[in-house]
Amino acid sequence: MDLLGTALPALAEAFGLIFSLKQMGWLVVGVLLGLSVGVFPGLGGIAGLSLVLPFIYGMDPVSGLAMMVGLVAVIPTSDTFASVLMGIPGSSASQATVLDGFPLAKKGEAARALAAAFTSSLFGGLFGAVVLTFFILIARPIVLAFGLPELLMLTVLGFSMVGVLAGRSLLKGLVAAGLGLAVGAIGEAPAQGSPRMDFGSWYLQDGLQLVIVGLGIFAIPEIISLLRQDRAIAKDAKLGAGWLDGVRAWWENIWLSVRCAVIGVIVGVVPGLGGSVVDWIAYGHTMQTTKDKSGFGQGEIRGVIGPESSNNAKEGGGLVPTLLFGIPGSGSMAVFIGGMILLGYDAGPQMVRNELPVTYTIVWSLALANVLGAGLCLFLSGGIARLTTVRFPLLVPFLFMLIAFAAFQSKQSLWDLGALVAIGLLGIFMRRFEWPRPAFLIGFVLADQAEVYTYQATQIALSRFGRGFMDGFTYMFSPIVIVLLIITVASVWIAAKQSAAIRPDDVEDHVWHKAPGMIFTALVALFLGVMLVDSLMVDVLIDKVFPIVISGFGLVGALLLLGQMARRPASDGVFFDGELYGSDARAPHGLWTMLAWFCSLLVLTSLFGFVIALALFFVAFLRLRANVGWMRLIVMTVAGLAAIILIASLLNRDFPPGLLQSYVDMPWPLRGR
Amino acid sequence: MGQYSISAKSVLCLAAGALALSVAAPAKAEVNFEGKTIEWIIPFKEGGGSDKWSRFYAPLLREALPGKPAVVVKNMPGAGSTKGANWFAERAKPDGLTILGTSGSTQFPFLLGDRRVKFDYADWNIVLASATGGVAYLPADLGAKWKKDKKSILGVNFIYGSQGATRLDLVPLLAWEMLGLKVDPVFGIKGRGAGRLMFERGEANIDYQTSSAYLSKVVPLVEEGKAVPIMSWGALDDDGNIVRDPTFPDLPTFKEVYTEMMGKEPSGEAWDAWKAFFIAGFPAQKMVFLPKGASQELIDTYSKAFKAVTQRPDFPKISKKRLGIYPQATGAKAATFKTLGTKVNPKAIAWIKGWLKSRYGVSLK
Repeated sequence: MDLLGTALPALAEAFGLIFSLKQMGWLVVGVLLGLSVGVFPGLGGIAGLSLVLPFIYGMDPVSGLAMMVGLVAVIPTSDTFASVLMGIPGSSASQATVLDGFPLAKKGEAARALAAAFTSSLFGGLFGAVVLTFFILIARPIVLAFGLPELLMLTVLGFSMVGVLAGRSLLKGLVAAGLGLAVGAIGEAPAQGSPRMDFGSWYLQDGLQLVIVGLGIFAIPEIISLLRQDRAIAKDAKLGAGWLDGVRAWWENIWLSVRCAVIGVIVGVVPGLGGSVVDWIAYGHTMQTTKDKSGFGQGEIRGVIGPESSNNAKEGGGLVPTLLFGIPGSGSMAVFIGGMILLGYDAGPQMVRNELPVTYTIVWSLALANVLGAGLCLFLSGGIARLTTVRFPLLVPFLFMLIAFAAFQSKQSLWDLGALVAIGLLGIFMRRFEWPRPAFLIGFVLADQAEVYTYQATQIALSRFGRGFMDGFTYMFSPIVIVLLIITVASVWIAAKQSAAIRPDDVEDHVWHKAPGMIFTALVALFLGVMLVDSLMVDVLIDKVFPIVISGFGLVGALLLLGQMARRPASDGVFFDGELYGSDARAPHGLWTMLAWFCSLLVLTSLFGFVIALALFFVAFLRLRANVGWMRLIVMTVAGLAAIILIASLLNRDFPPGLLQSYVDMPWPLRGR
Repeated sequence: MGQYSISAKSVLCLAAGALALSVAAPAKAEVNFEGKTIEWIIPFKEGGGSDKWSRFYAPLLREALPGKPAVVVKNMPGAGSTKGANWFAERAKPDGLTILGTSGSTQFPFLLGDRRVKFDYADWNIVLASATGGVAYLPADLGAKWKKDKKSILGVNFIYGSQGATRLDLVPLLAWEMLGLKVDPVFGIKGRGAGRLMFERGEANIDYQTSSAYLSKVVPLVEEGKAVPIMSWGALDDDGNIVRDPTFPDLPTFKEVYTEMMGKEPSGEAWDAWKAFFIAGFPAQKMVFLPKGASQELIDTYSKAFKAVTQRPDFPKISKKRLGIYPQATGAKAATFKTLGTKVNPKAIAWIKGWLKSRYGVSLK
């Protein structure tokens, strides 16, 4: 195909369509909406698109597309605010950003981290659009070359990042990943729907969702820890480096940004992989290619640039399966396809062939939206970074409100909040005993596809081998699989070789208590043991193999770890305990009292419903814990409640109802639903 | 712009048409939804067939209901669509502000006695029933063999990407088994779109899609010579007989193919069971309900509104691409579909349960 001959005229037509005042106006509307929705953790593209869908019908197609694309494109940009400033993973796209973004904010470098993140997003988004412009014409056979063995191999590559991210103890990393896999396998089995580990509860039938696990593993432990220390997020409430430093930091790491953008595009293009691994692969890659690894997790700016370059590039790449095959790469892409139908376009093979100018309109609206969105965020980052100098207890009610509301979006049940507290506890202890939380999350995210692809690829391969040995062999070991295999092996090898550098022995000559760490490990082993027994009781064979294997290996790992702990002296690093060393050990407030505050919000909600509970919680917390005067207290409470009610009513979201609501009929915000 | 794009002009025509209708038939009931918001519960994820179907109807319904309320689709997925349906049964008030859209994937667990089902279709009031169909297809090489001699592919090992044997997929799986095809389903795919992708990658070599997805996603493959349609599941005439699908009049039905291959019309327990579940899954696939206890006035208002939508002069044009040419039944006809879709001979159910257990090892508790 004459690439340029096909692309350029269509491109010229597309630019003519986008660069008109009206289309640009709608694009800006979409960008502003997307930025506002993206700031709220847990809401994301589906909520934003659902907001505009009722108005899409009957709009002129290019305007409607511009608005929808504008909205979707900037959500992985603005969710960075929550990740960097509050340690709350705003969406699945920004979980890795938390690892170094939040420590930077704690160092008083929030503006630098934000600026570096936004510049990387901007670059990634533009890069994705440029690649797409030509790639979309030739992408079809390439995308079709990614069959089940290739997808399985990509999943394995994702797992190999566990080795890179494991930290001090590789064994802890492996058990953490196994635990993540086991938690990810809870619920209906993907093949035949057998119930697994749900103990008859409907809530667990569908498994836990990433929003809850992300918030529980990252946000809750960090927020509770800060609250215990009673300080502003930024140390000494001072702001250091400004946003220009961030842009400079990006420029100094431009090649890292390019490489991670390439990773983002590739992962986005392959349908069925899911976007949630891309930032971990990018983060792992960033670590592998950085000489001095001691800064990771402590506020290394490269740890922000890598994932942020990849996640916006992924949105561009994700348009390929969406537009070419009509297969949405994510929930928001699914709604996007629905919106396209309302405008009279049906995503699919004929879209790129017959509607190339419109396709380019979408691609370049994406690029423009990235420029606008990231530009706007960059402009705001200096000011918003000041939030990190506010005394933390003043922020806490708002954060708890946001987290609880975000978690409730998962299944719109009170159990969402219960699950959040349970996973939050796990996160708190993993943080305390230095278990690598990213490894857990990678296991959780990849659990479903690891199971499904393994099973499906095996079944098809067996059928091919039945036809002939070469037929099966060439299916399993295609050139792509071999290349991925080499990359995986190399990545594991490099990780093993460099592991000494990743494990800084900064804590020397400290004598720990052996018991707490061992009890936690024993509890993990117990959970995996229960999982093993439960999986053995599943009836359908194909639904039980995977959980048996992972819980079995996880259990062996946990027992090995226990054995290691029993043999080693109390001065060994494996017994690291955050309660004895570091900032938590010096915190003036205890863990349980602070956690009790969060649980009180949960209990109040279960009694009175979310809105009334929030009002009570705001008053009680601000008065008793933050010692705020009554005047300010009232202003803050009203502002917080008004904001959340406004958002919920605009986006047509519900609040958790409580016991009171089942007896008394109340008007909407109080009623919940 | 493409041939399917909705221009501003046709939108105006739509609005004018709707206006004309509402003038011609002023609602005599006092039901007025002005300023209200109607929540349309869809117990499935965004982007699925039911979601698209409801989002097609939502803006049209808004125009047709008295007072032009906002109609918002609310996705409440989970537990194989039983979560949203259970919620509707327990919590929805009969004030006309909450309606439910169900699909064959909600009917099947109900019929098969799934332990998660806590709702009863008998409680609900139907206001719309949308039929659909399905088409099975093969890759080009196998399709050519099939065209020459249908029995020539009986020795082929077929791979089919399936969402699960207890889902709508049980209709194609049972049909192929009755024809003697050796089909190994690969379970665990997410949506029929993923199944089609497996087919396009050459990993699966038999597939089916429901009508709207077939029209938009498979017809281009057929035109390129990469896929060959082999049969439709058929459609139901007014007397309850299976006839050719009006959207695919040139394609033989499964019943015709069976008759040709076996030399006799299908009959017996397997056929009765297949027919019952085919009807529940396709001709009576999607339905809209008002909750238990809704007043007759409300039921009439909704029935009338959906009728007005389906009788718009431009409805055949805008719905052809999105829904195919199928009955969009309201009133008494919709009630007939509800009976067909939710009341199935217990013998057929027992047979299907036994087949699922012996063939796939699945038992629904």
